[in-house]
Amino acid sequence: MNRTELKRNIERHWPDVQCGFDAAGSKSELKCNRATLAELCGRLFLEWDFSFAGLIVEEGASEWQLRYCFYGEREAGWVHVLAAAPLAEKVFPSIVKFVHAADWHEREAEDLFGLIFEGHPRLGDFILHDDAWQENVEPMRRDFDARAAMSHRKPDADWRPDRIVQESGAFVMPVGPKFSGVTESVHFLLETVGEDVIRSTPRLFYKWRAIEKLAEGKTVDEVLLLAERFAATTAFAHGLAFCQAVETICGADVPARAKALRIFLAELERLRQHAGAIQEICESTALVVANSQAGILEEDLLRISCELTGHRYLFGLLAIGGLLCDLPNDACAKALEQSQQTLKRLNELERQLRVSSSFLDRLEEVGIVAHRDATAYGLLGPIARASGLVRDLRKAQPYLGYENFDFDVPGEHEGDGYARLRVLFAEARQSVRIMEQSVSALQNGSFRELLRFHAGAALGWVEAPRGGTFHWVRLADDRRVARYRIVTPSFANWHGFHLAVEKFAFQDFPIMLSTFDLSVAENDR
Amino acid sequence: MSRWVIKGLRTGIKTTVYPRAVEHAAGVTPGLPCGCDASSPSAAAALVDRCPAQVFSEINGKVTADSRRCVHCYRCVRGVEYPADWQQTYEWATVCNSQNEFDQPFKRSIHICVVDAGDCGACLNEVKQLNNPYYNMHRLGFFITPSPRHADVLLVVGPVTDHMRFALKKTYDAMPAPKRVVAVGACALTGGVFANSFVCANGVAEVLPVDVEVPGNPPPPLAILHGLLAAAGRKPPASVVSTPAPMESNPAK
Repeated sequence: MNRTELKRNIERHWPDVQCGFDAAGSKSELKCNRATLAELCGRLFLEWDFSFAGLIVEEGASEWQLRYCFYGEREAGWVHVLAAAPLAEKVFPSIVKFVHAADWHEREAEDLFGLIFEGHPRLGDFILHDDAWQENVEPMRRDFDARAAMSHRKPDADWRPDRIVQESGAFVMPVGPKFSGVTESVHFLLETVGEDVIRSTPRLFYKWRAIEKLAEGKTVDEVLLLAERFAATTAFAHGLAFCQAVETICGADVPARAKALRIFLAELERLRQHAGAIQEICESTALVVANSQAGILEEDLLRISCELTGHRYLFGLLAIGGLLCDLPNDACAKALEQSQQTLKRLNELERQLRVSSSFLDRLEEVGIVAHRDATAYGLLGPIARASGLVRDLRKAQPYLGYENFDFDVPGEHEGDGYARLRVLFAEARQSVRIMEQSVSALQNGSFRELLRFHAGAALGWVEAPRGGTFHWVRLADDRRVARYRIVTPSFANWHGFHLAVEKFAFQDFPIMLSTFDLSVAENDR
Repeated sequence: MSRWVIKGLRTGIKTTVYPRAVEHAAGVTPGLPCGCDASSPSAAAALVDRCPAQVFSEINGKVTADSRRCVHCYRCVRGVEYPADWQQTYEWATVCNSQNEFDQPFKRSIHICVVDAGDCGACLNEVKQLNNPYYNMHRLGFFITPSPRHADVLLVVGPVTDHMRFALKKTYDAMPAPKRVVAVGACALTGGVFANSFVCANGVAEVLPVDVEVPGNPPPPLAILHGLLAAAGRKPPASVVSTPAPMESNPAK
């Protein structure tokens, strides 16, 4: 569906919806009233093949502004559905019965803004844990002071979550927040009657650092530090999404050299992150030599990143309008050659893994996510692509000139752990292919355009290693950040994680966790 | 399966020479700023001003750096006229609990319990690298244990979010004495970029008594290894404030 068809369809179904296109023509804004909201979003998501990017709530001077962002294939562009209501009215219709992907977005808005979504099946105890926070705290409201320390209720050790499985002999296996060796903090409630996990409820946000609230009132450069550091295993992708949002507000044109370098670094990060994910999968199956081999490759890529840029996780490179420093062509060529060598060894590892039957037994037909479920949950990144949901922002809504690069988006259709592993390997190969092209595309010239900030708002998006990430930035008249909303791929993928776990045996749980390549830091923000 | 054995043997030994000798491989550390001998008072003031993490302080034209606060933003070396000096070292860990002499139980094998108290993922990933063949910390008698009951050292990353405060205290209380706390990363030391907030403490010291601090955002694996060796009394700790030293190389510029 292209934009003209979209407009025609909307005029036919809902004549009262105001339809606006921005000057560049890539974004349509649909202003609707609360009565048509759910149906309009539902049709976009279920019938017209749009993906849900996120819900952005903004508290204006006199009214609530809710912005539901959708994106389709290239000709369809972006659709922002806007709904507004006076501040005193806090009730909106829930869209989850049509757009299940919006489930956690609405729960988050209910928790942090105190909005009520009518028709949502389950609100409460989400970001602010019920056992630790007072009632009626709404930290994202404008009058809430984020700098003042808060006194919390003493955690209630007897607090118990709802249980659903009521069979005789059923019990809940609690896991976390501190569990296993070196793991991020997350709590799982695994309900079971014995061998199989019947229901899994991840309890997240133990690591909630309220990045979105901390960003308010800060300068753009200070917020860039936060954007890079809230989920640092994919620091460059998140920093880039923030930079692109600010650059869109300022109408900046990033120099060609900076664009090519940004692509090079973004793909280097993807390659390193995928090597790390592969290492975790090998570790979870207890295949010791493969674990060591993948560990060597990950460390090699960390060292390549550090030798090229000075930092192992690519901190301190991004600046609004380009990069903070230039990288010499020969250093990039060297890093590329080293990456190609590493990829060769990664390919060797894949060849050997694919004939190791004990390894394959643990991955094949384990943690299956069906295509239909992946679509309904709006899963993102390699996880979605392993279930046949092959939509990549670099192709669908290209940025930085990705449209001029020749690469494939690998996909599989089985949706099991093995499919996810194959997608990781295939994507690593594509990343090196893009790096090769970006090094030959390096032109001489400036690496940064100095910008003047002004008030405005825009969305920046990047296909991060774990999937699409969306950063909404609003700058106020004083050129400070008034609202910063981060939607991360792990937020979407954690939502769908229970699909993979349920109906499978306990001993496969670590394997399903590792093949999902989830980041808690990215989800919790 | 024999293919894996052959592959492992063919790979050879990758393990670092540290702590026997100095590791010189490229890319093992991002380094840290160490102040500078500013050419003019205005250059010194500019450097102090430019740092968003308040790392630098100026006394009589000499700029010193408090490396605990550094978040590796490189604002002091990139795109500036008078860059700060940069040291490409990794032995950064300091011992902050001097009355508590490290005693005999810590001289040999140590079991470490790792708690993520709001970390961004980078410090934790660097801790995880300690088990890869390059760092292979088992050879030094360091082992990661899931259970606090078996642990001698509590390694904490992250600024300590309010939701993790309770779990962190419970983990600490579950450890048998004598026990040590090693705080790893700028966030665990000062709160880092997440400091002064309604959901985070400004570092582990607000919640638990910290014995060893490892600065860096994130500290590379070798720095964490140095922190563990310092906790065991097997390596001398670094001094707290770094002053300008003669520079060997500065790839950060």
